[in-house]
Amino acid sequence: MKIVKPSSLLIAGLAAIGLTTAAHAADTITVVSWGGAYTNSQVKAYHEPWMAKTGNKINSEDYNGGLAEVRAQVEAGNVTWDLIDVELADAVRGCDEGILETLPLEELPAGADGTPAKDDFIAGTLHECAVGEIVWSTVYAYDKTKVAAAPTSLGDFFDLAKIPGKRGLRKTPKVNLEWALMADGVPADKVYEVLATPEGVDRAFAKLDTIKGDVVWWEAGAQPPQLLADGEVVMTSAYNGRLFNAIVNEKKPFDIVWDGQVWDIDLWVMPKGTKNKAAAWDFVKFSTDTQRLADQAKYISYGPVRKSSFAKVLPEMQPHMPTAPANFKNPLQNDFGFWADYGDELNERFNAWLAG
Amino acid sequence: MAAVTENDGVMRAADGTPLKQALARATRMNKMRAFLLTTPLLAFILVSFILPIGLMLFRSISAPEVAEAFPKTLEVLKQWDGEGVPGEDIYATLAAEMSDRDNRFNLGKAGTRLNYMESGFRSLMNKTTRRIKRAEAPFKDAFIKIDKRWGEADTWKTIRQAGSPYTIRAYLNAIDLTQEPSGDIVAQPEVKQIYVTLFERTIWVSIGVTVACIALAYPISYLLATLPAGTANLLMIFVLLPFWTSLLVRTTSWIVLLQTNGVINDILVWIGIVGDDNRIQMIYNMTGTFIAMTHILLPFMVLPLYSVMKTIPKDHMRAARSLGANPAIAFMRIYMPQTVPGVGAGSILVFILAIGYYITPALVGGQDGQLISNIIEYHMKKSLNWSLAAALGGILLAGVLALYWLYNRIVGISNMKLG
Repeated sequence: MKIVKPSSLLIAGLAAIGLTTAAHAADTITVVSWGGAYTNSQVKAYHEPWMAKTGNKINSEDYNGGLAEVRAQVEAGNVTWDLIDVELADAVRGCDEGILETLPLEELPAGADGTPAKDDFIAGTLHECAVGEIVWSTVYAYDKTKVAAAPTSLGDFFDLAKIPGKRGLRKTPKVNLEWALMADGVPADKVYEVLATPEGVDRAFAKLDTIKGDVVWWEAGAQPPQLLADGEVVMTSAYNGRLFNAIVNEKKPFDIVWDGQVWDIDLWVMPKGTKNKAAAWDFVKFSTDTQRLADQAKYISYGPVRKSSFAKVLPEMQPHMPTAPANFKNPLQNDFGFWADYGDELNERFNAWLAG
Repeated sequence: MAAVTENDGVMRAADGTPLKQALARATRMNKMRAFLLTTPLLAFILVSFILPIGLMLFRSISAPEVAEAFPKTLEVLKQWDGEGVPGEDIYATLAAEMSDRDNRFNLGKAGTRLNYMESGFRSLMNKTTRRIKRAEAPFKDAFIKIDKRWGEADTWKTIRQAGSPYTIRAYLNAIDLTQEPSGDIVAQPEVKQIYVTLFERTIWVSIGVTVACIALAYPISYLLATLPAGTANLLMIFVLLPFWTSLLVRTTSWIVLLQTNGVINDILVWIGIVGDDNRIQMIYNMTGTFIAMTHILLPFMVLPLYSVMKTIPKDHMRAARSLGANPAIAFMRIYMPQTVPGVGAGSILVFILAIGYYITPALVGGQDGQLISNIIEYHMKKSLNWSLAAALGGILLAGVLALYWLYNRIVGISNMKLG
């Protein structure tokens, strides 16, 4: 007799009521990503050529990050997502908890210049359960028409005297605490060391306190350019690609301040028990080859994770990349290990701080 | 077939059974048939309502991860007196369980569970698991060499505590308490206290929204109930149209109206009531949450009120007037008491809906307009701490049930009228 866990029953019940989509044909895969200009770039660079090449179909869905849906689907044994674009911290955590498939990384194609995949991918962008795609950064931007003195450094974001007005920040401690410390004079390479101490956390929150009354908190990546365009804020943190889209494609009078950018990577992961593993893996191999990664950077300014793709990125896109030398002067890499450990506690404290 | 021959004073049916018995059987059959008719509904409620709630409550106390990952270690730990550092046997058992390849995913889940209790446990477990496979006896030194926390009694006490498959930790956490490794229950540090504040805020907002809805809906419903049918129907459209519109659309419309460069602020600036530099902040705070929630929940008050008012005969007021009451007295003593069932029904609807609201506060609440549901959603979707989410939900459920009980005691649930 098969014993069904009560928890999986619950989820199965929920899934039956709300979450299930129609059964897929064998050659349709569901690819889940963050929506907006970013998903658009993936559709143009990966989905359309792959569909044309293989005749398979891709059902593209949006989500707002996190592993909740993946966990629910895996625990219920009813996996409807085949491939998900996640942040590194979630990829590692999902792998540890066993809700993601381990991937045969050795099958990834070599770079266009013949370099084996494991050397062609930037260090740290391949993981047991995940294959990297892009390097992206959280930066801040301001509206050129609304500020008298243009901000140049991270410190200016916290300087209400120099630039009065509302600021937009993502409603999470991630990046905000790092920025607070960097603006308070902690060098980028010491940030996580300081943040791991109770005094460091106090210091970061004290710095955030100085602007707390003037912050508009956003949650979805599409919100900050909108807040800026509405004049709801004079400057806001945002993902660099979304800002690129607003500045270049929508001709908004925004400017990006690259100082203190916090960079991270996005990766493909597969929920454990996906029914279309072969097709999904074929798509991963296709979408992360040299050409496709370079193509993706045509549509949005997120850097490719393959070294061999850099040379193929269009010259006019180069200056918008987070990794362009002129932009990459004082960067900080998001430390997924730190956030895996302290995320729960800092989130709790952050939520309490917000509510207080 | 037996005839009705015996003559002992008992009335019998044609087949000889006592009439009383036959009647009882017929009634039972009827009851059974009626019950069978309702079984689909009962089954539906059981599967879609009672069962999920039960499972949610179960999840709030269940914590099997550590027990599944380290059954042997926990067994050995039972003998440990909790003083100083445990013996080599415990370290060796843990090392064996950590090296077991089949145990791998249990280890990840156990690390997550332990991390809820003590930040840093996840990486401690991951780091140790990676390195202990290559270590050799004595394991005690090997563990302490990997991380000095393994040499502390508290680390082991935490593991021992987490080993129990059932725990009320999530409930403690949900009311801003925590359990120390020693087993004492203490208040969370002040910087982490949030849930009690949010529960209080949620209740106050819900009460506020309910009161605002009564104040707004009462005159509207009165107007609807007393106007001629044609006009009333037209007005009714104004109530129903927003009611049928998507929640998200209405919330977003409020953002357009209320934001700093929004319609209302623009009008105020144009009239000259406020200066261009100090526009009023009406959204991304409590004001925004309150206004949008009141608007969205208003129809839930208008509809029951209207249907109750509609049934109040106009003669009552006329009779009161003819007996000498002035309009105010007549309204207060004759009309209003008759609308109480509608107010009650509307209030309980609005209040219970308000207490679980999360989309509107999430969109327009900003930092101080968040309610408890937003945190539940956060723990469901982002932190994946489902037991805490379930515990918070459990408390909310208990609150609603208590409210229902109170309502029944004071107003009487039979007095509630929805239409």
